[in-house]
Amino acid sequence: MTANSPSVFLLMINGQIEGANFPEYDDLYCKYCFVYGHDWAPTSGLEEGISQITSKGRDSPHRLVWNFPLEITFKSTNPLGWPQIVVSVYGPDTFGNDVVRGYGATHIPITPGQHTRTIPMFVPESTSRLQKFTSWLLGRRPEFTDPKVVAQGEGREVTRVSSQGFVTLSFNIVTKDMKRLGYDTTATETTHTHTHPVAAGFGPGNQTLSM
Amino acid sequence: PRPQAKPVPGSSHSESSTMRQRMKDKLKAARSEMGLPTAEEAYNFFTFDFDPEPDEETRKGQKRRTRPEGENEEGEDGGDDDEEKEEEDKEEEEELFLIDQSADDFLVFKRAEYMGYQRRLQSENELLFTPSFLTVPASSKVPENMKPRYLEEEGLYVGERPPMSLTNQNILENRILKQEQGRKWFGDDGRIMALPDPIKESSTRPPLFHIEDDLDPALQTVYRKALVSKHASQYISVGGETNGDYQLDVDVSGLIFSHHPLFSQEHVLGSRLVQLYDQHLSRQHRNLTEHLTTKLNGLRNTIGNMLEVHGGQRLTPVMQQRISEYKQEVRNTRRLRDLEQEKDRTLLKGIVKIWKEIKALRDFQRFTNTPYKLYLRREEVERASDVREYEAEIQAEVDELLDEMEEDYQRKVTEYRRQQEEWKVWRRKQRAKNKKKKKTQSQLDDNEDDEDNDDDDRTDGEAEPGPPKPKPPEEPDMEGVEKQVSEKASRIRRKPGEPILVPELTASGPITPNEQCPRGEFARREDVAKRSIFIKVLYNDKEVSRTDNRSLNSDFRVHFGQIFNLKIVNWPESIKLQVFEVLGLSTTLLADVFVPVPESSILTGSAPSEELVFSSNLRVMFDHEAVGSDVPFSFEVDGSNRQTLLTSGKLSCSVSWAVGEDDVPLAPPTTQPNGLKQLDAIASIGASGLNDMKKLGEWATESRLDPNDPNNADIMQLLKVASSGEVTAPDYFRLEQLQEEFNFVSEEDLEQSRRFRLLRLRNQEVAEFRNYKFVPAMEREVTDKVFEVRSLREIVDTKGHLDAHRALVAKHLHKIRESIINRFLIAKHHFIMSDLVQEEQVPTIGILGLNLFKLAEPKRPLKPQRKERKKVTAQNLSDGDIRLLLNIIRAYDIPVRKPSVKYDTRSSSHVLNTYISGYERVRPFVEVSFQRSVLQTTTADGPNPCWNEDLQLPFSAPNGDYSTANLQSMKDEIFINIFDEVQYELGGDRGKEVHTRLEKHWLGSVKIPFSTIYFQSRIDGTFKVDTPPVLLGYSKERSLASDGGYDAVRSLTEGAFITLFITIEPQLVPGETIREKVSSAWISFESQESEGLLLASEVFERDAAVHFPDRPCLTTVININGKTVFITRYLRPLNPPQELLDAFPNSPQEATDLIARYVSLIPSLPDSVSFAGVCDLWSTCDQFLTLLAGDEEEHAVLLCNYFLSMGKKAWLIIGTAIPEGPTTYVLTYEQNRYLIWNPSSGQYYGQYDTFCPLQTVGCLVSADNVWLNTQAYTSPLRIRFDVTKAKLWKPFFSRAFPNPGLSSVQCITLHIILHLPFPKISLTCRIEKILKEKIMEWRPRNPTRWNRYCTSTLRHFLPKLELSRGRDVADEHRLELQSLLGDYRISGFPLHLPFSEVRPIVEAVYSTGVHNVEASNVEFALAVHVHAYPNNVLSVWVYLASLIRMR
Repeated sequence: MTANSPSVFLLMINGQIEGANFPEYDDLYCKYCFVYGHDWAPTSGLEEGISQITSKGRDSPHRLVWNFPLEITFKSTNPLGWPQIVVSVYGPDTFGNDVVRGYGATHIPITPGQHTRTIPMFVPESTSRLQKFTSWLLGRRPEFTDPKVVAQGEGREVTRVSSQGFVTLSFNIVTKDMKRLGYDTTATETTHTHTHPVAAGFGPGNQTLSM
Repeated sequence: PRPQAKPVPGSSHSESSTMRQRMKDKLKAARSEMGLPTAEEAYNFFTFDFDPEPDEETRKGQKRRTRPEGENEEGEDGGDDDEEKEEEDKEEEEELFLIDQSADDFLVFKRAEYMGYQRRLQSENELLFTPSFLTVPASSKVPENMKPRYLEEEGLYVGERPPMSLTNQNILENRILKQEQGRKWFGDDGRIMALPDPIKESSTRPPLFHIEDDLDPALQTVYRKALVSKHASQYISVGGETNGDYQLDVDVSGLIFSHHPLFSQEHVLGSRLVQLYDQHLSRQHRNLTEHLTTKLNGLRNTIGNMLEVHGGQRLTPVMQQRISEYKQEVRNTRRLRDLEQEKDRTLLKGIVKIWKEIKALRDFQRFTNTPYKLYLRREEVERASDVREYEAEIQAEVDELLDEMEEDYQRKVTEYRRQQEEWKVWRRKQRAKNKKKKKTQSQLDDNEDDEDNDDDDRTDGEAEPGPPKPKPPEEPDMEGVEKQVSEKASRIRRKPGEPILVPELTASGPITPNEQCPRGEFARREDVAKRSIFIKVLYNDKEVSRTDNRSLNSDFRVHFGQIFNLKIVNWPESIKLQVFEVLGLSTTLLADVFVPVPESSILTGSAPSEELVFSSNLRVMFDHEAVGSDVPFSFEVDGSNRQTLLTSGKLSCSVSWAVGEDDVPLAPPTTQPNGLKQLDAIASIGASGLNDMKKLGEWATESRLDPNDPNNADIMQLLKVASSGEVTAPDYFRLEQLQEEFNFVSEEDLEQSRRFRLLRLRNQEVAEFRNYKFVPAMEREVTDKVFEVRSLREIVDTKGHLDAHRALVAKHLHKIRESIINRFLIAKHHFIMSDLVQEEQVPTIGILGLNLFKLAEPKRPLKPQRKERKKVTAQNLSDGDIRLLLNIIRAYDIPVRKPSVKYDTRSSSHVLNTYISGYERVRPFVEVSFQRSVLQTTTADGPNPCWNEDLQLPFSAPNGDYSTANLQSMKDEIFINIFDEVQYELGGDRGKEVHTRLEKHWLGSVKIPFSTIYFQSRIDGTFKVDTPPVLLGYSKERSLASDGGYDAVRSLTEGAFITLFITIEPQLVPGETIREKVSSAWISFESQESEGLLLASEVFERDAAVHFPDRPCLTTVININGKTVFITRYLRPLNPPQELLDAFPNSPQEATDLIARYVSLIPSLPDSVSFAGVCDLWSTCDQFLTLLAGDEEEHAVLLCNYFLSMGKKAWLIIGTAIPEGPTTYVLTYEQNRYLIWNPSSGQYYGQYDTFCPLQTVGCLVSADNVWLNTQAYTSPLRIRFDVTKAKLWKPFFSRAFPNPGLSSVQCITLHIILHLPFPKISLTCRIEKILKEKIMEWRPRNPTRWNRYCTSTLRHFLPKLELSRGRDVADEHRLELQSLLGDYRISGFPLHLPFSEVRPIVEAVYSTGVHNVEASNVEFALAVHVHAYPNNVLSVWVYLASLIRMR
């Protein structure tokens, strides 16, 4: 790869899984992994990770903080299959069984700079009331066979999910050689760090995250 | 403060002076007036001890004191001192009388000091100042002798003062005035100087939220691009000023029904009369007839005058021209006048006729419903003059007509003459021709010039047809004209002397009161009275107001007279009035009336009331007199002449812009762009908007577009172009007009670009590119090589085959596989819930109970039970996640080394070796190779070694694709090779040092395809080791006394065995679900079987699956065309090749063996590999023999069919075996025992053979029935094969459901190609050459020498091996190799393989590891023999040996 005519571009992601808002649950931990297309390969950093278990603080009754760092660099030849981060949150249920509390995914922001994303989370629903009950009783809630399906559209029509909470992630994106390969991702207007507009549910109990 | 635009001349303040400066100046001035206190004064002020001032002074208080408060207090203290002085005086007086001073003397007892309220008030008044809140007179605030000056009035800018309440201001002013120099605080205007209010009305920076909290995401600013809302643009905005005060006045004055369902017949007539009368009135108003008559007269006079003036003289051409024009005009006018007169006349007649009808109707029904009355006013005319006029008129017309006709005649005559001339000329020519033709023609003919000459005509007819002979025009018919004119006049005109009839319609007639009406009419009137009408006003489709309910009168006129004032903010788009009829509680919408939005010039007061026609197609019927709506009725008694009327009427209303108080029209400015914008958008798209060019043009003219308005430029341009005819609206419809614009690149580029091609191939999941990583970013980086892989695939396949037929077969198979994989890929994208979500099955009550019971179980039981391993779906795996676990437990009957006598005698150095090998006999170890990674166990001793070792082999899926489909189609095999570790001691040079060299000699192998492990998830059992028939230097010894008891059990089988356990860690979910899914995706396989049979087989299979889940049961299979076929159809006696039967005419046992061998020699191609586990495809025997490839089913079917034809009792066993998994074996019954045949190896086992690979027996299939095993056990050892026992075997066809007599799908006879169509010698040579090259290739570091002598000897052996089928030849071998053995240590063996292609042979040779011999003096021998069986079945023998020279 010569400096003048690069054949790959690099995407460096720094950031952290800042925390989550799951109003009903406590003692949660999360896992993340990246999903990317064929033309992508991580060059450094961790592709998958699992965070510590965090409990709600007394002063921030709705906020779970992980501050779990993400750091990964991808190289790619093709923006097709742009990496997505898949976050899944787990925690104990009433009986102490470890159950899934939410799946969520978002694309890595394509523009360089700082971004904050709040991902709404969801879990698959049981197919029937009876199953819901037994799964609750046995602590074996339905789970996706692979958390990565939440980053894909294919086959999702057969699932039913219910919304759970929100996970907030922050990214710092650095790209290299994208422009040289003809992909201009920087918007012409000034980019704003912008969060997903979040509707009701992410209530006023939203506490500070800056640590 | 900003500088005022207009400075006041003479003002002391400069333009730029600020308020602050002014204030400073003021202060300075005030100070200089008063004079600054000197330093001395200041010093005194702070240090001087003032004398107490007399009380009186303070009390007077008139003069203002400016002393600080502290001094005041001092003054007060001073006051107290006075009192104390008085007391002291008294005390001093008392002291005079006291001599001794006691303590009491110094103590003073007094009352607590108390100041009376009044007194305190008084004293406070002295000290305190309460400013008054009364307004301070201006005079006291400004300097003396000056008048307050108001800067604002002078035009200077004065800012807004901060708000302050008047009382507070007054108090402040009073307070300030109390001070010395207080005036300096006041400005010139007598008010306290103040800076303008600094507080801005609106905050200039965004509001700050609490810093400690993170912003609530819901409150966070979200930046959105500005949207142009549809409604926003409708607002009437006027230059940013306050919203315009616009008002529309909607005046709904009234409603007249021209037809209403409740009309009686009389009403119908009445309304018609009214209509006609209205028409009459309007005609009369316009009075066209009169107008046209006058015009006609004028024209006539003009012509007359012109002729008179120029009378007698010749008319100039200009004059003639003008006169003819006038005449033309006269003609037109006359025609128009006649038309109008006729209309007038018919109208009048119509009015009279209808009036007569009404009268008749009234007479008939004997009551009156309508108040109409028609008077015909006669206007008498003077008869004589009238007649004169009438006749003059007729005469004039006749004259004109005659003139015209005369003119016409003249013109025609001239025309005739001209034609006559032409004709004559033509005839002359013709005649000249004829003359030439017919010389014999008499001269008489020639001379005749007369027109009527029959001969000529005849000859003309013969010749070419010329112009017809013109006819002279007719003379105009003068009398006829006069008659016509007078007739017409009598028809359309009043007769002379007849009075002029003027109809006058009044509505003053009496209506018969209700009581006098018949019942039907009464009901109608009642109904009318019940109804009422109101009107809704909708502005921009929103209801804004509605009128009151007005009841319907008998005359069906409703008067509202209501004016609605609409204050509007939105641009008016539509104003609609809805007419509603109310009957009781229900309201019906009669009609929508759209009112045009008025021009802004139409203002209230001047707006004319418009009559808007409406109609409704509601169908209404009544059972009383009313005629209804949309209902045919008739006036005639006999019901003829029916007519249908619809509800209709006229709504009179006016919409106008209101006029404001000061006569300002409350209309928005006209420059507002109204509906144009949308049309612009269409126009700018281009083609799509063009298709209604005409309408657009009409609309443009109607709406009076301003062509100079830039807003309309687009339309004007468009209209211009359109009207010029250059652009025509396309007559086709394009669904995606803009598709081209949206195309990424053109189609050609897409085709040409290698990169795009690569991306598309990957997207289509073409096998080679399915998981292609890193498609280069640049076109130039994609090389054509990438695609070569794909194109190479077929070429490579065919090249690998040495014979053309097999190449074709391979191609065919490849095609089948391709198509099946494609179907499979489609099915792969069809997901079901369980693919995505892992969910616990709904537990049955039993399981639930068990689970509940389990809750009470100890968490870590002392005797843990084996748990089912967690299954892993293949999706989320990557390289290195999966390992293959092998547990090599033990082996039996490993061949042992033969003691070599030669070694003893020849070399002393080998004595030891022989001795050792004598008692060790064999040191086997197992080497496992999978995907080119090799692991081996430790070395054990003896022919029955026990290793019990775990080996872990890494597993990686091709292309890193761990999808189920890919794993299923993996072709990798696990090779388990057993080697003997031989230790050779090389004598050192001096005999002191001893070097040992280890050599490994291949003893046998087991091959297990990965797909088997994948589907079975684990393989556990004892396998027969595939040992070569001859192992040089080894013998199969099993006469060991220690194993005596064991021998009896396996009397029937020979060879070595190995016990293994293989599994994949973690366990992969096998692709069974895929298969179901595929079949569901394919909906159903076509079948030629009857519906009932299919149903029964489904029931049978389901039943079997429920009751015996582990027993494979098969009743229907899918043939190679994808159709479902019942399994028994495959079985039919088929004659084996005669050649094979003839081989052993005396020994049927031998022949059977040979046939089994023949079948096993047909190459095996497991379904799971070729058809990706999608489904079993069963090919018929002839297909199988043509393809020369198939799996166990095909082998079994063929073998069974051969056996059947040989007169044996044979069945197919559907069961499971190791290592194949679900498979098909053949069962025969001969000599009172059952034999189980493995069709793909040709081996047979007795029923009670422990080493029989068949593990479970699911069902048996014969040519006419299927039996399901219903016994307690499935192992062939423990079941009985007597299918007649209904207790043990459940038949498919029973008495209840007899076999319908299914015909076989097999051909009656198999075509047998007896011999090879190609020289087998060449094949032998080629295989040998390839193998030799390969071996040399595998030994890149060492030279490979071939021992020719040995090779030729071995080549000699091979045909013998084939003949004996690899049995009992070892001894002969050894003897024959004696000569060689003298000099060489030989290790070698023959390999036997069915031939399909070269690759498996190469693999097999590689796996033996012969090439790995490292000795420097090694030589190799390799011989190949191909034996051809009928039907192109080939058996390949490869003899491989390594020789090490002893000296």
